[in-house]
Amino acid sequence: MTRNGKDGNEGSGANSGGVSRRGFLTSVGSGALTVAAAGKVAAEATDTSKVLVAQEMSKINLSINGQQKEVLVEPRWSLTHVLREKLGITGTKVGCDRGECGACTVLLDGVPRYACMTLAVEAEGMEITTVEGLMDGEEIGPVQQAFVEKDAYQCGYCTSGQIMAVEGLLRANSDPSLHEIQHGMAGNLCRCGAYPHIFEAGARAAELQRGQGGES
Amino acid sequence: MRPDPDTSYWIEGDAPETPQQTIQAEPWGETEVVGQPRPRVDGYERVSGSAVYPADITLPRMLYGAILRSPHANATVLSVDTSAARQMPGVHAVLSAFTPDDAATRPHSEFIRNTLFNPTCRYEGEAVAAVAAEDPYQARDALRAIKVEYEVHDFVADERRALETDAPPVHEGGNLGREPQTYERGDVARGFADADVLLEEEYRCECEIHTPMELHGCVAKWDGDNLTVWESTQGVYNVQTGVAGALGLPLSKVRIIGHYMGGGFGAKLQAGKYTTAAALLAKMTARPVKITLTREETYLAVGNRPPANMTLKAGVKRDGTLTALEFAGMGSGGAYGMGGSSLLDWQIRDLYTCPNVKTELTDVYINAGPSRPFRAPGHPQGSWALEQMIDSLADAIDMDPVDLRLKNTPTVSQGRDGIPYSTTGLRQCLEEGAATFGWNDARQEAQRAEQGHIRRGVGVAAGLWIAGAGGPPCTVIVKIFSDGSINLNMGASDIGTGTKTVMAMVVAEELRVDPNSVQIEHADTSTTQYASASGGSKTVPTESPTVRAAALDVKRQLLELAAEELEVDVSTLDMRDGMIVSTTDPSKNTAIPELQSLRRRRSLTGIGYRAPNPSGVATCPFAAQFCEVEVNTRTGEVRILRFLGAHDSGRVMNRLTYQNQVFGGITMGIGYGMTERRILDVDQTGKMVNKSWHDYKIPTALDVPADMTCVPVDVADDQANIAGCKGIGEPATIPTAAAVANAIYHATGVRVTDTPLDPTTLVQAIADEREGD
Repeated sequence: MTRNGKDGNEGSGANSGGVSRRGFLTSVGSGALTVAAAGKVAAEATDTSKVLVAQEMSKINLSINGQQKEVLVEPRWSLTHVLREKLGITGTKVGCDRGECGACTVLLDGVPRYACMTLAVEAEGMEITTVEGLMDGEEIGPVQQAFVEKDAYQCGYCTSGQIMAVEGLLRANSDPSLHEIQHGMAGNLCRCGAYPHIFEAGARAAELQRGQGGES
Repeated sequence: MRPDPDTSYWIEGDAPETPQQTIQAEPWGETEVVGQPRPRVDGYERVSGSAVYPADITLPRMLYGAILRSPHANATVLSVDTSAARQMPGVHAVLSAFTPDDAATRPHSEFIRNTLFNPTCRYEGEAVAAVAAEDPYQARDALRAIKVEYEVHDFVADERRALETDAPPVHEGGNLGREPQTYERGDVARGFADADVLLEEEYRCECEIHTPMELHGCVAKWDGDNLTVWESTQGVYNVQTGVAGALGLPLSKVRIIGHYMGGGFGAKLQAGKYTTAAALLAKMTARPVKITLTREETYLAVGNRPPANMTLKAGVKRDGTLTALEFAGMGSGGAYGMGGSSLLDWQIRDLYTCPNVKTELTDVYINAGPSRPFRAPGHPQGSWALEQMIDSLADAIDMDPVDLRLKNTPTVSQGRDGIPYSTTGLRQCLEEGAATFGWNDARQEAQRAEQGHIRRGVGVAAGLWIAGAGGPPCTVIVKIFSDGSINLNMGASDIGTGTKTVMAMVVAEELRVDPNSVQIEHADTSTTQYASASGGSKTVPTESPTVRAAALDVKRQLLELAAEELEVDVSTLDMRDGMIVSTTDPSKNTAIPELQSLRRRRSLTGIGYRAPNPSGVATCPFAAQFCEVEVNTRTGEVRILRFLGAHDSGRVMNRLTYQNQVFGGITMGIGYGMTERRILDVDQTGKMVNKSWHDYKIPTALDVPADMTCVPVDVADDQANIAGCKGIGEPATIPTAAAVANAIYHATGVRVTDTPLDPTTLVQAIADEREGD
């Protein structure tokens, strides 16, 4: 692990920030940390010379629900922490902060990911979609509508994550079978046990997204 | 029957005086709104991300707190050196048993009251110190910089060894917290002599951890000497009592707000040490403080369902008559409290007609995290023993397991000296459940199927919940404003069961409005009326009649006002869709905002008090659950193909949320029976080795069948209360695990008497059985 102080090419590093920060990630070499964005990291893992200083704040640009946010972060801060505590985007929840429950599921470039297992610096350059991003102004989107209709929650704390998992599933597969829905939801725990209703909501959301509204 | 003194499920003895009801309400007959399947009134908030849970609160200048916990099962804290931690960037306060600010004391139980950071740490996870820092990362850094000198002692972490002579005492006076509790009716020796078949079996249930999705936590903020706490809780008034008691404050100075909370299951009925710590840190720093526990902490320190070791001996005649039941149960509520064996015997005492019953409950201390009430305390454990035993008895006398249960359904509560139940739907649960499930066909089909290594089986188990009647005290206010809009004010928490929705439906039923138009204030000790904590399946049967009484009170006032203004007899008036309607003269129909007298009054306030429960009867919910499984006898893997829950919880208030409770209870029961187990290193360290959702596995989307059916036995219990309802949350999980075990037995002929019934255990049991042949 390289700890040689500041990035030697800070000027250019600011422009290619995503690369250098992912370089930091791979140089740390934590298997757990690389899980969330494994694809991107693997693609750009060759540059290990650019390192972020652990305690130093970095300025990053995050694209969240279509809006650009410039934030100062420590390299160790998770995306969940930045979303919730720094930006006040609290629809994304924390259940375990260690990649076990899925309450923090967001879409990164359209794919469901655990935000607790994604460093904020790592998310730069990706399109981040949270549950708030499924809204059209004050109107809820089709997946959210399906969850209300089917009572696909109890306490509601895992719900944002469940909704994002369904959203991600439907973006990849607009007409999933029950089996595919069950597997699509397998990374999202619900301790209240609303699973049967969540499966129904997944099917109903697919209907609504295909424009087949009507009575549920 | 004596509940754990730590808990607040019941008020023992007579309920406090309740002001006289001004309204004598007739029972509902047919209802228009109540009973319908209605999506939640707060559904939008729950799916949009706009519902604010305590962990979502961010206040200006807010600090983040964290708790340092003992890594040892049994140790004395000799010193705490916080000097390095105090110098770290962002750190504003450090608190331990050795800082003078720690004046707070908290009751651990009615027997033990000690300081917030007690130097004697009796379990892994007992709080030692707390910090507040600018961000949670810095707070955790500071915890690591605190140097604690521990004197580590021997420990006992296996309750089965707690009474051995060389077991280290958890408290002075030894590990037997109190004398074993006994119950006896009839003469079991004579009962056993009368039996044609006698069976005796030992059963064990592992310790289960609640792990609600939202971590325990709070935000504490002072305004002068007024404290406001946003807490993830099932009961704001309980937390108020706990915090005020610990800090020596008047109740009126402590405001607890708990609008949304992410699940509790009994683990959030009380204030935590972290709540007191947050308040103290906020006082020290003059800044708001948020504390959110880590997931690991929630496995160690905020409750569990205790492990249970049970022996049950049963006698039955060839015709299915139960002659005697003798039960011994032993459990441990950990290092504090005596909830370890609470209510383990209630199913045995009360579920089936049996003249001769004897039970004994033993509670011991061990060096492990304290238990808290967990969804029907004691009941799933007792059900695991009794319902498997009933299945074994049925097998022994060659009787269908449903028929044996039907043969012994009671009409009186034998565990309460034979007083009648207000209603008992156990028979309907069994009959309607079996019919809808297709029990007879499925049972025969499973036996006819190919006897390869994939085997099918069906199982049934029944149950009842000791409480579920609700009761006083509870006060509710329903207001009508001059424009006819309605406000409902109640102290109850909606812990995800749909309380707010059900209560809006009750208001709508009486005042004939859209439930979604009812504005609700709830779960705030400063602005809402008293309600006990949402637990024990008593929220709906406590609140619904109270809300109904308040709605009727305000309706009476409004109609009297209207009758005077319209110069008609009040008995000819009613309300519908925002109108005062006349049953005799439609020309008198008036929109509520047009009532001049109401405009001058500005608002009307209806008050409802929860009436006492009827004396001399017992009100309990009943259940029967059925399931079908497929077992791979080569691997021990079990696939649950379908589940059915037939429940008598009185009047169904909301068909949709009712069903959700049943499915959720079944899901939790599947985890209890099949995968969940706290594993303590009982030999070397006493520490928990699986304090994560990876290693302590709760049911996922792939572990429960999509094919679940809810069969409500929808019979109003009009004797119980004026809404006719009983609780559903706890009964939904009581018989589940036993039903799965019975289905696995039916599939394989192998009976596993210890939880969890995981593949390793089952494949070993199948192998043992094969060798035994």
